[in-house]
Amino acid sequence: MPAAALTDQAVELAPGVHWVGALDPHLRNFDIILKTANGTTYNSYVVRGENGVAVIDTVKENFADVFFQRLESVASYDEITTIVLNHLEPDHSGALPELLKRAPQARVYLSSRAQMMLKALLKPSGEKPPEYIPVTTGDTVDLGGRTLHFLHTPYLHWPDTQCTYLVEEGILFSGDVFGCHFCDARLFNDSVGDFRFSFEYYYAHIMRPFRENVLDAVALIEPLELNLIAPAHGPFLRHQPRDYVHRYRELATPRLFNEARSEKTLVVFYISAYGNTRRMAEALAAGAEAIGGVRVSLYDLEGGESGIFTDLIEEADGLAFGSPTINADAVKPIWDVLSSLTTVNVKGKLGAAFGSYGWSGEAVRLIEDRLRGLKLRVPVEGLRIKLVPDAGELEQCRDLGELLARHLTGKVEHREIDMAALA
Amino acid sequence: MPKAKVTFEDIGVSVTVPAGTRLIEVSEKVGAGITYGCREGECCTCLTKVVSGAENLAPPSILEDQVLKDNLAPRNHRLACQAQIIGGEIVVKPA
Repeated sequence: MPAAALTDQAVELAPGVHWVGALDPHLRNFDIILKTANGTTYNSYVVRGENGVAVIDTVKENFADVFFQRLESVASYDEITTIVLNHLEPDHSGALPELLKRAPQARVYLSSRAQMMLKALLKPSGEKPPEYIPVTTGDTVDLGGRTLHFLHTPYLHWPDTQCTYLVEEGILFSGDVFGCHFCDARLFNDSVGDFRFSFEYYYAHIMRPFRENVLDAVALIEPLELNLIAPAHGPFLRHQPRDYVHRYRELATPRLFNEARSEKTLVVFYISAYGNTRRMAEALAAGAEAIGGVRVSLYDLEGGESGIFTDLIEEADGLAFGSPTINADAVKPIWDVLSSLTTVNVKGKLGAAFGSYGWSGEAVRLIEDRLRGLKLRVPVEGLRIKLVPDAGELEQCRDLGELLARHLTGKVEHREIDMAALA
Repeated sequence: MPKAKVTFEDIGVSVTVPAGTRLIEVSEKVGAGITYGCREGECCTCLTKVVSGAENLAPPSILEDQVLKDNLAPRNHRLACQAQIIGGEIVVKPA
């Protein structure tokens, strides 16, 4: 199969629809968080109608030259009536300031949330923002025999993201959704090497924290007639494009039936040097379990790995972390878990901390601060117990578990507090 | 010092606070579901619905007003990191 993108010419996807993006085969790390073993592509597209030309997204700034060469091979700047920005991240908007200089007459179509980002993007150039029109699902642009239909698909993976559907050709310009970091000049999914791992790896690291939004987007996309999905990174999906939509639905849905789905779930993680924090965890779990409507799981961090715990955390409604204090800190397995949660959404979950300590007992407060930083709510002050918990202190642990369960189930009684009494 | 009462509806907690307190100073301490990002009135993460008593919060600054507009915030929504309690009773919950 000949490599489609080895020249500086545009590549045709359908009559009057071209790819004008760039290959970046030597990139090995994207945005710090993603490995890119064979690089990536920055996909930009041109759609020609009878009354105008649309450019959909651009490329990373240092690939602007090849983008403009490819663009010039299929359109002149004065023909460009429309610029669509599906996502404003710099790898897709890097060439935008220069494109706006070359095609100042073009109207920019973007999501409402993208407006602020557009202003910020153009700030260094001092350029006055172009005429821009915020759009949402149902809005269209008529290019003359070619209709661009916008789909509001926020948080995939920024607040600004949207998809654009070319009605007459059944082509979905999906932005980062259905994309992957995979660089192969043959460009089309039925021609390139095996990119399935990259597709799923990209989902796991970029889209997974927003899986509720993924399911909303998939519901918007599924009814469309799809001949080709043109994402902002990686291969164009022309062979069985619907399979990739279906795979996104699978990836965003829990794999096994959740037996506790009718209840609130509390996962208690602990690590213990001498069994004291473990006894606290067991008492806390027993207290929470005593409140109806809460399903408790108890895990020793020494018996697992961060990846597994991340899966558990993603599904849980509440999380309690127990750690001893060693050298004025919580122990590393706790931090390993609490620093591995960027791939899942934990915002708004209930969080709590507890632990036995010998001398100063900083771990509990440090864990609470981290939980707040991760945007969990921490409504109950954590429990610190000096060394070996006695019967009364274990009762306090049970009480903490009960209170957490009441918060999870909305059974907590209204409280009146004076701010002076808060720590 | 004049006092005010702010109720966090999502967790059923009312707190008596000195006038001049910002919502952020209280909500984190009581563990309300309002979450924070930049804490400087820019990111809109802490968007909060004022269920009642909006008049008991100081009016939004030009910066807060702009951020609320840019993020299409509905009426009676404020940034918890910016909104200052000036008296009376206020009821809030996460947006």
